[in-house]
Amino acid sequence: MATTTAASPETPIGYGRMKRKEDARFIRGQGKYLDDIVLPGMLHGAVLRSPYAHAKIVSIETSAALAHPKVLRVITAKDLETLGLAWMPTISYDSQAVLAGDKVRFQGQEVAFVIAEDRYSARDALELIEVEYEPLPAVVNARKALEADAPLIRDDKDGQTDNLASPLWEAGDAEEADQVFAEADIVVEREMIYPRCHPAPLETCGMIADMNPETGQLDLYNGNQAPNAHRTVYAQVAGLPEHMIRIMTNDIGGGFGNKVPVYPGYVCAIVGSIVTGKPVKWVEDRSENLMSTGFARDYVMHGRICAKHGRITGVRVDVIADHGAFDSTAQPSKFPAGFFHIFTGSYDLEAAHCSVKAVYTNKAPGGVAYRCSFRVTEAIYLVERLVGELALKMEVDGAELRMNSFIRPEQFPYENKTGWTYDSGDYEKTMREAMRIAGYDELRREQAEKRERGELMGIGVAFFTEVVGAGPRRHMDILGLGMADGADLRVHDDGRAVLSISAQTQGQAHETTFAQIVAEELGISPDKIEVRHGDTDRTPFGLGTYGSRSTPVSGASAAVAARRARDKARLIAAGMLETSPEDLAWEKGRWYVKGDPEKAATIDEIAAAAYGEAPLPEGLEGGLEGQSVYDPPNLTYPCGAYICVVDVDPGTAEVEVRRFIAVDDCGVRINPMIVDGQIMGGLAEGVGIALMEVITFDEQGNCLNGSMMDYLIPTALECPDWELGATVTPCPHHPIGAKGVGESATNGSPPAIVNAVCDALYRSHGVAHIDMPLNPARVWAAMQGRAEPPQ
Amino acid sequence: MIAGGHSLLPMMKLRLANPELVVDINDLEHLAYIREQDSEIRIGALTRHYQLLESEPLARHFPIFADAERVIADPVVRNRGTIGGSLAQADAAEDLSAVCSALKASVVIAGGGGERVVSMEDFHVGPYTTAIDDAELLVEIRIPVRPGAGSAHAKVERRAGDWAIVAVAGGLWLDGETIADAGLALSAVGLTTVHATRAEELLRGKRPSEELFAEAGAIASEDCSPSPDGRGPVDYKRHLAGELTKRALRRAAERARAGTTPGGHTWR
Ligand SMILES: Cc1cc2nc3c(=O)[nH]c(=O)nc-3n(C[C@H](O)[C@H](O)[C@H](O)COP(=O)(O)OP(=O)(O)OC[C@H]3O[C@@H](n4cnc5c(N)ncnc54)[C@H](O)[C@@H]3O)c2cc1C
Repeated sequence: MATTTAASPETPIGYGRMKRKEDARFIRGQGKYLDDIVLPGMLHGAVLRSPYAHAKIVSIETSAALAHPKVLRVITAKDLETLGLAWMPTISYDSQAVLAGDKVRFQGQEVAFVIAEDRYSARDALELIEVEYEPLPAVVNARKALEADAPLIRDDKDGQTDNLASPLWEAGDAEEADQVFAEADIVVEREMIYPRCHPAPLETCGMIADMNPETGQLDLYNGNQAPNAHRTVYAQVAGLPEHMIRIMTNDIGGGFGNKVPVYPGYVCAIVGSIVTGKPVKWVEDRSENLMSTGFARDYVMHGRICAKHGRITGVRVDVIADHGAFDSTAQPSKFPAGFFHIFTGSYDLEAAHCSVKAVYTNKAPGGVAYRCSFRVTEAIYLVERLVGELALKMEVDGAELRMNSFIRPEQFPYENKTGWTYDSGDYEKTMREAMRIAGYDELRREQAEKRERGELMGIGVAFFTEVVGAGPRRHMDILGLGMADGADLRVHDDGRAVLSISAQTQGQAHETTFAQIVAEELGISPDKIEVRHGDTDRTPFGLGTYGSRSTPVSGASAAVAARRARDKARLIAAGMLETSPEDLAWEKGRWYVKGDPEKAATIDEIAAAAYGEAPLPEGLEGGLEGQSVYDPPNLTYPCGAYICVVDVDPGTAEVEVRRFIAVDDCGVRINPMIVDGQIMGGLAEGVGIALMEVITFDEQGNCLNGSMMDYLIPTALECPDWELGATVTPCPHHPIGAKGVGESATNGSPPAIVNAVCDALYRSHGVAHIDMPLNPARVWAAMQGRAEPPQ
Repeated sequence: MIAGGHSLLPMMKLRLANPELVVDINDLEHLAYIREQDSEIRIGALTRHYQLLESEPLARHFPIFADAERVIADPVVRNRGTIGGSLAQADAAEDLSAVCSALKASVVIAGGGGERVVSMEDFHVGPYTTAIDDAELLVEIRIPVRPGAGSAHAKVERRAGDWAIVAVAGGLWLDGETIADAGLALSAVGLTTVHATRAEELLRGKRPSEELFAEAGAIASEDCSPSPDGRGPVDYKRHLAGELTKRALRRAAERARAGTTPGGHTWR
């Protein structure tokens, strides 16, 4: 397998391919996950869920369940109403039922919560609860939800008379777009669906709530991606003082956005602990996770693209966003469609326009996972699929068409047609690097030969520009919380350091990457730097990890905090060396006297002095610390060029991804090995989404993919040996030039794969588009001229 | 009764099976074997998938087993799941039932009253039901070894480790350039394993050719009765039934002509 080499020189301390510090515990099976935790006297909760997608609740009879010898409580909406907790706010200023009281609005919705002495009894008792439902017609198709006679889903909301979830949202200039499209040489129009899928983290969601009736202290054990923000939400929802809530995440077995929301089960566990005075554990099973928690995508997109003189000149799109029964996306308040603005892609367009309609359907809420609610995945898929089809119809090479249309390096910072400022990039260089690794011309020759023989080989290109690192506080907040992140650094007198951060790893290896950032800034070996996170009592405030924001925001915070400690070290060193701070120069690990490099104080010596008995320079207090709350001046814009080679079996329509070349430019790479890992994981996710993953429903709203037998995630056998490469265009406004990479590959890979399959089938079968997932049956239908959107 | 547990335990987890008593037969170690005896290959019911995959005599006589085993579930399931459990489960999508049908196998069922031998034809009574009575145990599978044999299994799945969208097991016994006998059975296209007798009829006595196999495929495609589900619609499944029949027979004929067969696959 070809792997990346970092463009920055690897140094003995700081940046470089060091092994992940956290892996020692993981590979020994010593990770500590939620379900490993057992508290004394702990009770167990289980959620009763609706079998119907849409039904009135006539009555709920709990007496038989309460008669179960091991059951302590059964909580329903009625009980929650008395506490004012029957409904909770979502992160998008919508409301969501904690337990359904009036009616159920999706299959799998929470109806009752049983608390028992053990987990088995809690589950058994669910069957003893009798709920009488009066089924209502359900609507699971976003278009049909907009029809006049569609059943009204959110009759709980005052004044709601249709299934629109928010006002129409627009960006760009429609009139300008009209004109550019009218003057174009060619226009391609395409209706496409980014189907509903699910991140399916290995560890499902759950919580232990432990309310101390004596002190009023509420301890929560809960693997979530934004513990500090969650604490604020609980404080607001339950009216508890924020400082009396402590959230401990421990290790998290995957998040992918699925662990961003506050789920009804969490609130039930908290209520359960309050009413029983004991710790209550609730852990959902796999089907509950797939059927009720944060899904991803579900965007119906009607896109158009045009070109003139061989260059792409305009893109426009009308979107229907399917939110399910409650809008629980987690985008910054001012951006109801997240950062969908980036549908302008990597091209120097003359015009662009989009409109997004959001609707309610009788499906689980979410739209938050797998590249978050920021909707970048959908935007990138849209534009790259449109460019792919445009190239087929223009009969030009997809890589050439892109390179003719790119924003040029000298145009950065570049303001796009939806008003966003791209920070930096050298797109053609990145594209050419991918073509070099692929042996692009040779691949095209091979394809031509195979075509002659009736073999179906396809080469798919995708070039994406990401937008991550949310975000500048003047523009962005989540539920009124500014999107900054704190970092507290303390260098101890033994020269070891502890960095506390508000970002929350779910596998991304923050314990290593963040130690490397501090190491680079202070010249302390990363082995001597402990990174602390996942405990609100031991970390500063900040908004957590999603939207690839850890390195752009929290990482910047860590660098700034380290620089502040370094500045203080300089003052201390000046005292030690009996000179003035201005006369000192820094090199990794020590301050030395300019012109006399032998005369120096190492960071170890300075740390000892900071806490020692010798006097410090006048006015200086002891200790060696640095703090920062980083408010990013802009978002960062990573990019990448992906090339995918597929073979389609002409007889069975099976797609094999034979090669995948991914060249990512995420700015400065802190640990290139960890970056590679993020990319490989994202590429595998892309294979899953493009070829097999989908959550579908029947007409009655029954979820058809509620287990791992029906929700397929890819295995190593579907993944080729990834061929990775890199270009490095530093971010101009980030302290160390890094841009973030967590979700790049998940974004860039699906369009590359679909483009490849269409490239294989266009000339022979006239197939210019197939909606994902490209499973054998759907590809075969397309080859017969009967392509259909997923149900 | 529990053998490998890879069918029973999932059914229990999904509450589709609620047995009050489970009898573990894993200690019957003498039921795990593959041997040649009386012009037959005899396979003990407790033989695990991986043993079928790695077996030298099977690779020599019936490479169809390695074809199928390579794509049955994943190594974890194959290390534990048994051929007896597979056949007794009688799931229409199951692969080994089709393999055994195509090879004209019979099974030995033992009970208090002794043993009886039942042909694969009579073994599958319906969906998830077999000729095994309550107080009986499937103990052995017997496959006749005949000259000129070639066999192959072809399967399309949505993903490695998934059950078949459609799978076809084909066996041919050549006498010179004539098909002396043919066996053809399909998985996942009916309520139980579909034994394509009409296609077998067509093949017998003819010379192997692409046209003949295509015709057999067309008949198999007509004679099966797939239902639409998450794996695909009926038309696609019928198409696959035809396409995979062709592929399995083509492979089987090549192997029969070659007389020898590729070595076993040792990947698990
Ligand atoms: C994820 C997954 C994917 C799979 N994919 C495939 C696939 O692609 N193709 C395929 O063919 N199979 C597949 N299987 C099924 C697998 O082959 C099972 O292991 C096999 O079907 C059952 O064997 P077992 O020994 O585990 O049976 P068990 O689960 O132990 O038993 C199954 C049934 O047979 C009965 N039984 C078992 N042994 C005997 C006996 N000797 N006499 C009488 N009754 C008996 C049991 O009482 C039970 O009712 C898959 C299984 C899983 C879990």
